[in-house]
Amino acid sequence: MIKIEVNKKAVSVEKGQTILSALREHGIMVPTLCSMEELTPTGACRMCVVEVEGFDNLVPACSFKVQEWMKIKTHSARVLRARKANVELLLSNHPDDCLYCERSGNCELQKLAEDLNVRNRRIQGKRTSAKIDSSSLGIVRDPDKCILCGRCVRVCEEIVGISTIDFERRGDQLKIATAMSEPLQFSSCIDCGQCVVACPTGALIDHNQFQELDTSLDDPDMIVTVQYTPEVTVSLAEAFGFRPGTDMKGIINTALRRIGFDYIFETAFGGDVFIQEQAAELIARFRRKEKMPMITSRCPALVNYVEEFRPELISFLTPVRPPHQIMGKLINKWFATKKQVPSNRIQNVLITNCTAAKYEASRPEYASDNSPDVDYVLTTRELARLIRLNGININGLDPEPADGPFNAITSAGKLLANAGGEAEATTRTVFREISKKEMQDPRITKLRGNKYLRDAVIATPKGDLRVAVVHGLKHALKVMDEISTGKSEYDLIEIMVCREGCVNGGGQPIPANVNVIRARTKTIYDIDKSESLHCAHKNNAVAKMYEEFARAPASDQSRDLFMTRFAHRKVLK
Amino acid sequence: MDRIDQILNDFRQVNRDALIPVLQAVQDEFGYLSGESLEKIGAHLRLPASKIYGLATFYSQFTFAPRGKYHIRVCNGTACHIDRSTSILKELNKQLGIVDGEATRDGMFSLEVVACMGACGQSPVIAINEDYYPKVRSSAIRGLLDDIRTKHR
Amino acid sequence: MTEEVHTGSIKKLIPEFIEKDPKEYSPELVELIERLTHLKILKPLIMVGLNTSGRIAGARRVFEAVTGYLKERDIDAEMAETGAIGLNSEEPVLSVQLPGRTRVLFINVAVDDVQVILDDVFHHTIPREKLLGQIRDENMDAWQDVPFLDELAFFSRQRRILLKQNGIIDPLSIDAYIAHGGYRTFLKTIRYHTLEEICVMMEESGLRGRSGSGFLTGKKWMVAQQTPAEQKYLVCNAEESDPGAFMDRALMEGNPHQLIEGICIAAYAIGATKAYIYIRSEYNDSIRKLSAAIQAARDYGILGHNIFFSGFNLSISIRKGPGAFVCGEETALIASMEGKRGMPQSKPPYPAERGFHKKPTIVNNVETLSNVPHIIANGPEWFRGIGTGDCTGTKIFSVSGRARTRGLIEIPMGTSLEVLVQEIIGGSQPGRTLKAVHIGGPYGGMLPASKLNIPVCYETFRRAGAVLGAGGILVLDEKTCVVDLVKYFMGFMKHQSCGKCIPCREGTKRMSELLDEITRKPLAEDQHDTLEKFRGLMQLEKLADVMRDTSLCGLGQLAANPLISALWHFREEFEEHIFDRHCKPNVCRELRTYYIDVELCTGCTVCAKRCPEDAIIGTERHPYFIVPDKCTGCGICKEVCKFSAVFYN
Ligand SMILES: Cc1cc2nc3c(=O)[nH]c(=O)nc-3n(C[C@H](O)[C@H](O)[C@H](O)COP(=O)(O)O)c2cc1C
Ligand code: SF4
Ligand code: SF4
Ligand code: SF4
Ligand code: FES
Repeated sequence: MIKIEVNKKAVSVEKGQTILSALREHGIMVPTLCSMEELTPTGACRMCVVEVEGFDNLVPACSFKVQEWMKIKTHSARVLRARKANVELLLSNHPDDCLYCERSGNCELQKLAEDLNVRNRRIQGKRTSAKIDSSSLGIVRDPDKCILCGRCVRVCEEIVGISTIDFERRGDQLKIATAMSEPLQFSSCIDCGQCVVACPTGALIDHNQFQELDTSLDDPDMIVTVQYTPEVTVSLAEAFGFRPGTDMKGIINTALRRIGFDYIFETAFGGDVFIQEQAAELIARFRRKEKMPMITSRCPALVNYVEEFRPELISFLTPVRPPHQIMGKLINKWFATKKQVPSNRIQNVLITNCTAAKYEASRPEYASDNSPDVDYVLTTRELARLIRLNGININGLDPEPADGPFNAITSAGKLLANAGGEAEATTRTVFREISKKEMQDPRITKLRGNKYLRDAVIATPKGDLRVAVVHGLKHALKVMDEISTGKSEYDLIEIMVCREGCVNGGGQPIPANVNVIRARTKTIYDIDKSESLHCAHKNNAVAKMYEEFARAPASDQSRDLFMTRFAHRKVLK
Repeated sequence: MDRIDQILNDFRQVNRDALIPVLQAVQDEFGYLSGESLEKIGAHLRLPASKIYGLATFYSQFTFAPRGKYHIRVCNGTACHIDRSTSILKELNKQLGIVDGEATRDGMFSLEVVACMGACGQSPVIAINEDYYPKVRSSAIRGLLDDIRTKHR
Repeated sequence: MTEEVHTGSIKKLIPEFIEKDPKEYSPELVELIERLTHLKILKPLIMVGLNTSGRIAGARRVFEAVTGYLKERDIDAEMAETGAIGLNSEEPVLSVQLPGRTRVLFINVAVDDVQVILDDVFHHTIPREKLLGQIRDENMDAWQDVPFLDELAFFSRQRRILLKQNGIIDPLSIDAYIAHGGYRTFLKTIRYHTLEEICVMMEESGLRGRSGSGFLTGKKWMVAQQTPAEQKYLVCNAEESDPGAFMDRALMEGNPHQLIEGICIAAYAIGATKAYIYIRSEYNDSIRKLSAAIQAARDYGILGHNIFFSGFNLSISIRKGPGAFVCGEETALIASMEGKRGMPQSKPPYPAERGFHKKPTIVNNVETLSNVPHIIANGPEWFRGIGTGDCTGTKIFSVSGRARTRGLIEIPMGTSLEVLVQEIIGGSQPGRTLKAVHIGGPYGGMLPASKLNIPVCYETFRRAGAVLGAGGILVLDEKTCVVDLVKYFMGFMKHQSCGKCIPCREGTKRMSELLDEITRKPLAEDQHDTLEKFRGLMQLEKLADVMRDTSLCGLGQLAANPLISALWHFREEFEEHIFDRHCKPNVCRELRTYYIDVELCTGCTVCAKRCPEDAIIGTERHPYFIVPDKCTGCGICKEVCKFSAVFYN
């Protein structure tokens, strides 16, 4: 502990930390723009500058360490003038379309301008009109709104670990670009959307399909179904100012019905199917001891990654469709027949946390009779906007149930929202199949917690089952190296590109800091605790579906319906 | 073996330190950098292509387009600037129909504005390939280009 | 040269050379030294300055003409190249020395002059035309009626320590360097001095960073020396990206071994075994000479493993900087060496504690390091005896622009700038008036002609609103436009900013835009526009404060300097551009309005057809008119008019 003086008051702070974190601990808020927790501070935006006695220039709090007896002024006139001028500089040629901007109300630049009382444009700058990159089906980049804070670059490098984007050129021509300035779609981008969550402005947003969706909803001949993934219910609330971790279960159904969707389903049903299929595949490989470890393929960004970067691992991926695509298939085939409507009159909408799912929906494997199994994909953020757009007051809604025949759910399907949840839920079913009895305690706490790589060994009569989860692609790179070189000891590895898994997907409400993500994760685990059914194989509705339609997990029928393929894709990487 | 592989072979030291020297060697060989070369260099040094591209675009030495047979450099150092190097550049723009960083369609000429060539005593200066032209006047540009064109014919 | 004096002959004498007092040298060594220093030559010696600017002026062709001349007449003479003597505006420079006589220098030598000069000299007369003077040397016969260099205004007020051998010795000859006493200091240092001693000597000498940083070199070294680490690095900053500065290049091209020796001593003093020279890739000739010098030093055992049994190892490698001004900044330079974009990092930690590969790293400028051998050889007191107070030693300036003489000037710190400008370089060119000088390049400042009487020193310059910087001096006369110059610098900075931090990236962009506006006549201007521009100008000063206060590195902090100093001294010129739309020196072309003289116009239509703005109207065979609001001042009409009917105001 050392002593420093802040705004004329002596405070003691931990040695070795930055001025910024010292100030935060004492409740003194200094604005920041380029710095983000868990990313290397670069000191680029100069928003966090403070006055330190003895220094000629102002000092960036985010990248300067505290030193004994520093005398700091955090809000002197000089400091405020500088911060304001820098915001004004950013705004001097910023597009004036806040009214139309997705991030309006949730934009860090807007907030800074508001906080620093920027009320007119004192500095005039020449407008730029760069081309918007909407080539990617997942995300859209509007360079004009980019303030070059470099957060996206660092996220893609330090957390995702693939560095699709970097700064290009320098000085007045500085911009963010992919290799050879290729459009995102043709770059090595895996559509994970982590950069979108990191972006302080509207420079990176979801690639939305509102207009097409609107047309379908208006069409009386069209049956529009909607499914949503479990992480959506535990994060949507944030977009409306509720406490992170609030579960919107039920209310979300009401809202969707008001918007005009004809049928509302929970993807968790597909999750239970998925778990059973995956478990069957794992058991088969476990018995034959081949293509092990099996890598879960539910994360579409991971699939993109493997297809682009590590084709040698394709055979290790579970060849099962992800839950929402299983749902899409079931809706188009089973549900349509049941309801006696031709599947071309059904439009399936998916609401998920994931920007990569937007791209995934366009894969030819995920189509039946030339029409995609999932027609439109919206993110949680887009759902929030859709709710607002339709003038729905989420506060005043009473919960309603989802629609059949998919309305029976176990917590296994919901666990898929958390990193480690998939491995846990799959293990539950695998254990039952192998040992013909249920696990004593379905919870596998070793797969929960804060570590990036978690693993557990489950003893079964047929030998130990070694399962692991690794989340945040960067941390998974080493694990994948081990698999490539045949050194991996695991039987099943769940790899999630986003840290903490889908609860922190690229389409989730912003901001998503560590505390917010923890709250979402916790809610999912709470659901697992409170639900009565914990295992996918106990889902009676799923059993009924198999009985009526797909026979049994890993049967020829179900293989036809639920299996998928992956292939090497060449990109500049 | 591919020429690029040969160059990479000479750089045994595979770490990021070698990146700029490698790029310089590749550009010396080919005259410019291509997406393909980025990928190969990236694979050799274990660096993402975006990082190499980001780096290469930062520095003025690297270019991603082939240069003309005659590469014209116009000095825009301070001394040359106050001796009106801008009008020389404008004249070249007009005569060749290209701007800084471009090459003519026929691949004959390319144009680059450079900072201080180090002949401040002789300003303004231009260089065509390795030939320097000290104290040039914009009115002489046309003749210079014509000479090259006829020589080439 | 006679047989025994071939390359390497001094190599085996090095131990004697360093151990003994010069008075006790063996006759063999004495003779060798006399040969190598050209004190005693056996056949004529002809040298041509083949430094870059000399080459651009045609020195290579002169060199070839000399070779041809000698061959044709079958004359046995020695030929060699030199670096720049510093008279860059008077190149190519050729010097001739006959056995027993002093060396004579000729300037502005064209290919055609070669025969005339050599014919005369070989007949023992000195042609007056193109003559510069002779080098004083008591041991040789001087030429009658030929001025000595030290009598010329350009040289007499200079004190050449670093530039002493520049343009005199052959930069490619390590033997010549050694014969002049080179590497003695380094080899003695590693035998007889501790690391601390050298750092202390450097600190006592008061040498300050010649890049313009002004930081005490010895103090910086001490930090690195005392930071424990298994590997430390010395980096010589030869980026010299500041347009208008060329002293580092001259030092590297003219006397590379002096720099190498400085690097050697510096590396030893901080405990580094690896040194790098980070040099602009465009500096081909410097790279060539440095590589040759490093190779030669390696061959002689001056670099390498266990240098002369001292136990000290040192390797020097060259890194070619791929071209970015900001890479002159030390943290950006280090990033670049590590294969990254050259974006500066926040300091602290300073590179002296944590630099290249996170190890203690000292980055020093070429000129700084070139001083080192002299300081260690002659002692800190000697060095402190040159210059004044806090500014010791000499400083090299590179002069360009509208000066009578342009080139390199080395003067003691504390000399008045007036002496430099008026006496040494002779003020502005004949027939012109000196308006101002701009010092310190794109982050420097301007001083009007009337305010030049300040001593050369970091602090005095700063107080006067200028910046010593690297020492680039740009001379401006009445035909140069201050606004245009400032615009040029700002354009340079906005392009060279790394773009990382907002105040610098956006600030330079905005300032540059505004300066563009001021020097351009908008298409339909009203009073409001003028006011807007003026308001913008007022904003600039505030903006400059914020940039200085908040930018991450020196580039952004200093980028507004030229603008601020110009506003300070030449505000009326800005106002003239804004309110009167007039550029007196006639530099800002876009402010001009062209008009056609009705008397002279024949209505030939050529101008109307060529005008890119369609600003020229009229009927064939009748006088044409230019619509002032449309005219952008490009001047094409004036160029194409066959009847000289187009004028501008
Ligand atoms: C924008 C910028 C450009 C610089 N360019 C150079 C340069 O070209 N050469 C140089 O020696 N120092 C340059 N410097 C200074 C270096 O950062 C560093 O201070 C210097 O190399 C230290 O050497 P010295 O102590 O010997 O002066 C530059 C600094 C800044 C901020
Ligand atoms: S979506 Fe993911 S992979 Fe693509 S650029 Fe953003 S962070 Fe990188
Ligand atoms: S796209 Fe967003 S996160 Fe990336 S640099 Fe621009 S503003 Fe920052
Ligand atoms: S001041 Fe300019 S050059 Fe320096 S770090 Fe900031 S943007 Fe880069
Ligand atoms: S938050 Fe500190 S500089 Fe951006």
